[in-house]
Amino acid sequence: MQSAALKAYRAMVMARAFDTKLSALYKAGKIFGGVFLGRGHEAIGACEATFLTKGKDVYNPFIREQAGRCAWGSPVLDSARCYFGSREGIMRGRDGNVHWGVPQEGVPAPISHLGAMLSVVAGMLLAKRMQGITDCVGVACIGDGTTSVGATHEACNMIAVEKLPIVIVVTNNQFAYSTPNAQEFACGSLTERGKGYGMTTHECDGTDFLQTLETMRLATENARKGLGPQWVVANTLRMCGHGEHDDATYIPQELKDRFADRDPLAVARRQMLQQGWLTEEEADRIDTECADEVQRSVAQAQREATPDPATEDWSATSWKPSR
Amino acid sequence: MSVTYIDAIHQAMAELLAEDPTVFLYGEDIAGTFGGAFKATKGLAAQFPGRVLNAPIAEDAIMGTAIGAALAGMKPIVEMQFADFGTLAQNQLANNAAAHYYRTGVPVNVTLRMPCGGTPGGGPYHSQSVEALFAHYPGVHVLTPATVADAYYMLKQAVQIPDPVVFMEHKFLYRWLKADTWVEQDPLPIGKARIARPGEHASVVAFSAMVPEVLKAADELAATSGYNIEVVDLRSVKPLDTNTILASVARTGRLLVVSEDFPWGGVAAEVIARVASEGLHLLDAPPLRLTSKDTPIPYHPDLWRAHRPSAATITQAVRYLCSL
Repeated sequence: MQSAALKAYRAMVMARAFDTKLSALYKAGKIFGGVFLGRGHEAIGACEATFLTKGKDVYNPFIREQAGRCAWGSPVLDSARCYFGSREGIMRGRDGNVHWGVPQEGVPAPISHLGAMLSVVAGMLLAKRMQGITDCVGVACIGDGTTSVGATHEACNMIAVEKLPIVIVVTNNQFAYSTPNAQEFACGSLTERGKGYGMTTHECDGTDFLQTLETMRLATENARKGLGPQWVVANTLRMCGHGEHDDATYIPQELKDRFADRDPLAVARRQMLQQGWLTEEEADRIDTECADEVQRSVAQAQREATPDPATEDWSATSWKPSR
Repeated sequence: MSVTYIDAIHQAMAELLAEDPTVFLYGEDIAGTFGGAFKATKGLAAQFPGRVLNAPIAEDAIMGTAIGAALAGMKPIVEMQFADFGTLAQNQLANNAAAHYYRTGVPVNVTLRMPCGGTPGGGPYHSQSVEALFAHYPGVHVLTPATVADAYYMLKQAVQIPDPVVFMEHKFLYRWLKADTWVEQDPLPIGKARIARPGEHASVVAFSAMVPEVLKAADELAATSGYNIEVVDLRSVKPLDTNTILASVARTGRLLVVSEDFPWGGVAAEVIARVASEGLHLLDAPPLRLTSKDTPIPYHPDLWRAHRPSAATITQAVRYLCSL
């Protein structure tokens, strides 16, 4: 568990450093579109992806999953390139911010339409089953708001019917953009939704690093063992706006106050030190290393050439009729 | 011994499954002994165990699953029970599958089979022709076979195309359209329109089930008026073979486009826009279009027949066009 915890912790530190840098760049007017941070989500993202293997498993990060991307093994350079629209980036300026993936490595590129990626993950796992590849799992991430989308219901039902080895991580950060839980769903808890699909359910405090790590470990192991789809509700608060354009004044101050000492990164550092899995010096060194890597990656992505409309290949299909 | 349009589709799928282990079929009610609402997949589940899969009634998830499977190296062929319900899969097809190649450089090899078009008594939700709706999005190919051989060859070719392909099967043609065989000496590639009947007085462009209607009208016109029309079968609405259309219009000087879909922004509008912008000088008369009416498709057979173009209304339209 110690090595998993270390891997996840480092991913959280890296993601926070990257997010902090992104926020500054956004405010300096250096980013073209929106900037979406994962403050409050880091433990969930990092823990859900820590138990996955790139190239074997499938990972579908959502909007606030930079920590998960780091834990999966994606360099922050990839994220930085996507935000800057670098020609060297995976999306080559054709798509931006959090919309990037490497399907060949097991990360499908997310689209903006909520819930749409769940069935794509299902298809990837279904294909692996048909190809006789076992022992792999998929982690698909959604939020409280996405549980209201029709595509989510269709996919979850299908995943349960096919008994696919998928962990669905529902991060309940209490607000879908500005809409609070009470206006989003009327069932007692989002965990009930998973039960309704016939999935094994788990729930954890997503600000509690060790609890989240253990929950994700168990859920991933269950799915890998063939115990069918797992539904994990991880509770937190979004400790920022929906995007950096949004000051989140709709989140009541008393709620913010209640979570003031529950910053997942601070909790994780405390827990790592308490477990004796990390010393103060090691923690400080991780902070420095991550800050340096973020700085290097952002500087490189900023320096790289942007796409050129004159030489852009404007083909939308790979095949063309012969003329 | 004759074969039908749906026999050709069944045969193409059987061969695709036999030839390529990455091909599988996914859709509602297609597996078991049932074999689909129109029986296009009947017998294939037994013949190819584990490769013909029933899905829950969830068009969005069916399409999304097919996309995921394609990303993982498979070549899924999806069946929508009716093209009308394909609109529920459009989110996945348009926003996800069609956009995927441009965004990521990775094409999504899915083939979406959709029984389209009207039949007597089909009503508003089992009759629609949604080619234009799907063709609107960048990144897809939309095929519209009008012959038994095209149904066979184009489905086989569709699966070889690495991009999302929408394969529109006209359900009226399923058992009505017959031929001696689906085998053709020299099948045309996808992207080429076919001169279904050469002529000189007007070019009539059509696709899918409107092709046999136009051919019927051509016989009627030749017998009664001496007008000899050239019939262009588009075969695919995207890619749209503008060259063949323009060459035909250059020969005849007159254009009528017949399409079973709704008029607003439909396939006929696209064909006429292209001919007008690239070949206005070839026209001796304003280009005409004949489409279904701009109302939902009615249930009663008498209303339905009046709603869509028929040999009689096509004949009338050609006579008018040639009088201009």
